[in-house]
Amino acid sequence: MREHTVLRVVTKLLIAPIILFALYVQFHGDYSPGGGFQAGVVFAAAIILYALIFGLAEARRAVSPNLLRITGALGALIFAGTGVYAMLRGGNFLDYDYLAHDAIHGQHYGLLLVEFGVGLTVVSVITSIFYVFAGRGRRNDDEQPPGDAR
Amino acid sequence: MIEAFFAQMPALVIVLPLLAAPLCVLLHRGGPSWFVYLLTTWACFGLAFLLFVQVKIGGPISYAMGGWSPPFGIELRLDALNTVVLLLVTGIAAISSVYAKASVAAEIASERAYLFYAALLLCFCGLAGITVTGDAFNLFVFLEISSLSSYALIAMGSKRRALLSAFQYLIMGTIGGTFLLIGIGFLYMMTGSLNMADIASRLPAVADTRTVEAGLAFIVVGTSLKFALFPVHVWLPNAYTYAPSSVSAFIAATATKVAVYALMRFLFTVFGAAYAFDRLPLGEVLLVLSVAAMLSGSMAAIFQTDVKRLLAWSSIAQIGYIVMGFALASSAGVSASVVHMVNHGLIKGALFMAVGAMFWRLRTISLNDIAGLGRQMPITSAAFVVAGLSLIGVPATGGFISKWVLLEAVIAPGHYWLAAAILVSSLMALIYIGRVVEVLYFRERPEGRPDVGEAPVLMLVATWTLVLANIAVGLYATPLIAAAQRAASAVLGDGS
Repeated sequence: MREHTVLRVVTKLLIAPIILFALYVQFHGDYSPGGGFQAGVVFAAAIILYALIFGLAEARRAVSPNLLRITGALGALIFAGTGVYAMLRGGNFLDYDYLAHDAIHGQHYGLLLVEFGVGLTVVSVITSIFYVFAGRGRRNDDEQPPGDAR
Repeated sequence: MIEAFFAQMPALVIVLPLLAAPLCVLLHRGGPSWFVYLLTTWACFGLAFLLFVQVKIGGPISYAMGGWSPPFGIELRLDALNTVVLLLVTGIAAISSVYAKASVAAEIASERAYLFYAALLLCFCGLAGITVTGDAFNLFVFLEISSLSSYALIAMGSKRRALLSAFQYLIMGTIGGTFLLIGIGFLYMMTGSLNMADIASRLPAVADTRTVEAGLAFIVVGTSLKFALFPVHVWLPNAYTYAPSSVSAFIAATATKVAVYALMRFLFTVFGAAYAFDRLPLGEVLLVLSVAAMLSGSMAAIFQTDVKRLLAWSSIAQIGYIVMGFALASSAGVSASVVHMVNHGLIKGALFMAVGAMFWRLRTISLNDIAGLGRQMPITSAAFVVAGLSLIGVPATGGFISKWVLLEAVIAPGHYWLAAAILVSSLMALIYIGRVVEVLYFRERPEGRPDVGEAPVLMLVATWTLVLANIAVGLYATPLIAAAQRAASAVLGDGS
């Protein structure tokens, strides 16, 4: 794709708004349609677009698979941890009422945290799946720098 | 503080493995992950025991997930039936966690071991979740969690065929899961509720509709696929044969039992025995299928040359016993089912562990290769023999208790042909276990094979713990039978 200047420029222009939109869907998920899963998919789409246009190796350098492993696990831990925190404050698992001084704030924080956990895990898992599929059978290409000058 | 902890126990059984799984991924190392797995399963075993005692003393427990009271929120509901199943699942998980370390180190690439333990914890979480939930849709979700992780676990087997068998299981399992979901969808359509107790109370008003009948059919076929009832059992032999040893032991002892539990829960708690067995001829259908499973499974087991595959076919036959019990829809039948669920879990767990220990040494488990192993691995071989005797149903073992209560249950209503089928299938078990024992003890080691020693201590300890549990049940069966009878009266109590 290196010779497609139009694609490269348009992609560069698009990625930032895509990520911004993902964050919008993420943090307005408790009031409007959207939420962690949708936001995660949109965010991952930005990374995947980058990988499609600039190559898998570039994408892996920007967002490393190792980082994704950590954020994926962290997201799940944030979700479950929110539930456990509610337990520690005297409620049932995931009872957001107990997260803050009153039930309304508690529900708000709880939803925000849990959706953040979901979003983090979804970005990581979708991107990881893409890396695995895109990387299949192409290991040799990555290891052949000669004739593939960047 | 203690009371608050007791109140949270039903959720903790699921939450602990759910927290531990991502923790394993973060740890990124096999050793620490194994330790997390060990701690989690033993903690859950402890919780399950406390819950069992609590239900025995104080009756059913209801837990409102997220503080949303049922039927609107998800309810976890523990009664005399599912605390027994939970105790079995957590117990087997705890013992197999002791076993897993050496076995995993030998069979799973070390850089993937942490993922293996994470998947194992998720599978465990799903199985525990199916057991404790009182919500029909939640049950489906947990079923998918346990299934998806078990596909991954089976695919991690050391032979390439493991991938293919995991894929086969994935196809069949997904069809099963989808059928179950369609069935639950039909019930939701007719009753507007997903809480099992709530569906049960609303169902009689609409029970005459084709939709509810179709829902029942979908649920029965869907769960049957998951526990590999004849004739939808084809995925099971390959899956158990090619899975890593510790996975075979854990899944064979728990996953099918939990799926059977799910069907029992739907039939007795949601639909009610009167609807499923009196108005619809489900009992007759299941009895015929269970006999077919017992005879065909045992027959196929006789002709296997791979010991793991032999045990897998035997599992299909043993599922027949469990299904036969509750298909009678009598109190004695349901309690016989529960007794055999527990016993078969203990037996198959022990057998697969013993075979896994031989695999650990030999890297193969075909009958020719294990010839004469009785002298070189005496402790492992002895474990196989004792657990095998229990499978056949020799007195003073758990298997005998199972067969005894099941025979009582089928003879009471005069089903002598079922009793005959049980006896024939037991004789066939004698043949296929006898073949393995004969090869182990009465053949010479093949020429040119290196001498091997015993398996690692932890593997032997885990195997023998299950073997001794078999003997303990055989010698002192009262607590198990009493628990099974409480379970039967809990699910049949207000129906028939």
